[in-house]
Amino acid sequence: MQALYAQLLVGLINGSFYALLSLGLAVIFGMLNIINFAHGALYMMGAFCAYFLLNLGGINYWLALLLAPIIVGAFGMVLERTMLQWLAGLDHLYGLLLTFGLALIIQGVFQNFFGSSGLPYAIPEQLRGGMNLGFMFLPIYRGWVVIFSLVICLATWFLIERTRLGAYLRAATENPTLVRAFGINVPRMITLTYGLGVGLAALAGVLSAPINQVRPLMGENIIIVVFAVVVIGGMGSIMGSIITGFALGVIEGLTKYFYPEASNTVVFVLMVLVLLVKPTGLTGRAA
Amino acid sequence: MKSKFIASLLLGTALTVAGGGLASAGDKTVKIGALSDQSGLYSDLGGPGSTLATQMAIEDSGLAGKGWKIDVITGDHQNKPDIGTSIARQWFDVDKVDIIVDVPNSGVALAVNNVVKEKNGVYINSGAATSDLTNAQCSPNTVHWTYDTYMLAHTTGQALVKAGGTSWFFLTADYAFGAALERDTTAVVTANGGKVIGGVKHPLNTSDFSSFLLQAQSSGAKVIGLANAGGDTTNSIKQAAEFGITKGGQKLAALLLFLTDVKSIGLDIAQGLNFTETFYWDMNDQTRAFSDRFAKRMKNGAPPTMVQAGVYAGLMHYFKALEALGENPHDGVKVVDKMKSIPTEDALFGKGEIQPNGRTIHTAYLFEVKKPSESKGPWDLYKLVGSVPGDQAFTPLDKSACALLKK
Repeated sequence: MQALYAQLLVGLINGSFYALLSLGLAVIFGMLNIINFAHGALYMMGAFCAYFLLNLGGINYWLALLLAPIIVGAFGMVLERTMLQWLAGLDHLYGLLLTFGLALIIQGVFQNFFGSSGLPYAIPEQLRGGMNLGFMFLPIYRGWVVIFSLVICLATWFLIERTRLGAYLRAATENPTLVRAFGINVPRMITLTYGLGVGLAALAGVLSAPINQVRPLMGENIIIVVFAVVVIGGMGSIMGSIITGFALGVIEGLTKYFYPEASNTVVFVLMVLVLLVKPTGLTGRAA
Repeated sequence: MKSKFIASLLLGTALTVAGGGLASAGDKTVKIGALSDQSGLYSDLGGPGSTLATQMAIEDSGLAGKGWKIDVITGDHQNKPDIGTSIARQWFDVDKVDIIVDVPNSGVALAVNNVVKEKNGVYINSGAATSDLTNAQCSPNTVHWTYDTYMLAHTTGQALVKAGGTSWFFLTADYAFGAALERDTTAVVTANGGKVIGGVKHPLNTSDFSSFLLQAQSSGAKVIGLANAGGDTTNSIKQAAEFGITKGGQKLAALLLFLTDVKSIGLDIAQGLNFTETFYWDMNDQTRAFSDRFAKRMKNGAPPTMVQAGVYAGLMHYFKALEALGENPHDGVKVVDKMKSIPTEDALFGKGEIQPNGRTIHTAYLFEVKKPSESKGPWDLYKLVGSVPGDQAFTPLDKSACALLKK
């Protein structure tokens, strides 16, 4: 039983990353209608950004948590302005292909310079060590990841679903012409939204840097899982992707305990089941 | 019995093909195929560095000045046996490749082993670990150069059991390599009076090991054996530190650890780990001289790993055999037989020999990762703590299940 609690907690930790990443994807898809395949690469850039800030600029983890999302988010906005905006109104497939290509290019460039083994990034001084919970030894850093990402997820949800800015955003997706008529700069808002989604990916990258190696391919595997999370949760649904992210982390954790060989596939099996029963995802509405 | 029958059948086929090969005239052209993981988790320990090692071997052999024409092509098997075999087939059928080198990833290596035998090419494997290459699945066309799972188990594994690590829990990469390493290490553990109390098989290229590490932790085993490699090993070690596993008194056995892995974990966390390699760049003047030349040509300035060094040394020995033959007969078995008849001696691995089953034996070195305070440069990572002579480190011939030995 004790082991089970521990696995549940570990699943929750992985779920935090899934939730943060799928949230960014859901924001981008919901507001821009772009299937952002470059998300994994941008997540990786977040981790590298933290590494460079520390090793070249001497800037610590805490500032990197703030700066890396801004820097990578700005990079994302440049991508949106120069490339993605021209695809507005076209079939989803174009956005998917473009971002997929971008992901390959970004990963290729990083791999060319940094190889595949990755670079070390130490856990910040204040979060080292761990505490004994009785049923497991919880590294403090992991606990921090769960709490911090939960806060960020809820804040993002609040921003989009409960504030005036969020209302503009949602309105702009529904009917951009009408919103423009009210004097709101819709293209700028879309750019900022893409920046926000990318920033969330970069934030997840910084959070994961001390746990995983900072590797050029770190986003390659996780992005596929995260897409499954988004599909299960319902494309574009903010709350759906947060809840599904955490839930799938837990389910995956349990699989690692009961049948480790299947831990890489369980998410996709679930995705197939959900799509068969409810093709719009758990919380999605019919398009 | 059945496997022996199949093995001898295959051997027969190979010999028939070899007979056919003899008819083609020899000349002084050689085509080398460097097949590796060029972009995935093993690309730093093999990959582009192995291609560089291949080129350096060609240059250092001096054969070009003696009228030989040697070409290299490279391929990326992406850690998938089907891709590896289709590249190998195309190389033999279309590109007329004579020899395939490197091939990390035991699953791919075993699959390519069959293709090389069928096409009567030469196969110098440096990157793969499985001891099956020179045991049950041995081939007259194959030389397994650098290391194998038997050697890792009988050096690192044995040392740990003798130091009191009597109960083991394995984290095993779920494919041919992990299975072979776990099997060979388990044999050593039980032979030395220890026991294996559990294990988990994890998928190749896993980023989160916390669930598995928790299971290892709660098992209470004295030693947690990491039967994995590359990125999987670095992540296991890093996360084991995070979960306080070594502080809790359990020992990590990094059964297979490469230079690039240690570099990537960082000395802070890796310090004190014991492991075995057959080559380290900072062993003597000769290895340092080679590594200097190598690092200058690597994009990130890294010295060679033992896999890359093995590609170089294996090819140097291959060229020696070709020179002795006077021409390239384009007949894999004939060249490999010649390679086996000459004792190996090179700047990187020292003296050794290729046994009849294709296993190259040379001294294996036990290393310990330095403390950050002991390290004098970015790649000054190991200190030597012991060595095991080749004939003790590798499978003794009377224990080898290779059909070639039962002629």
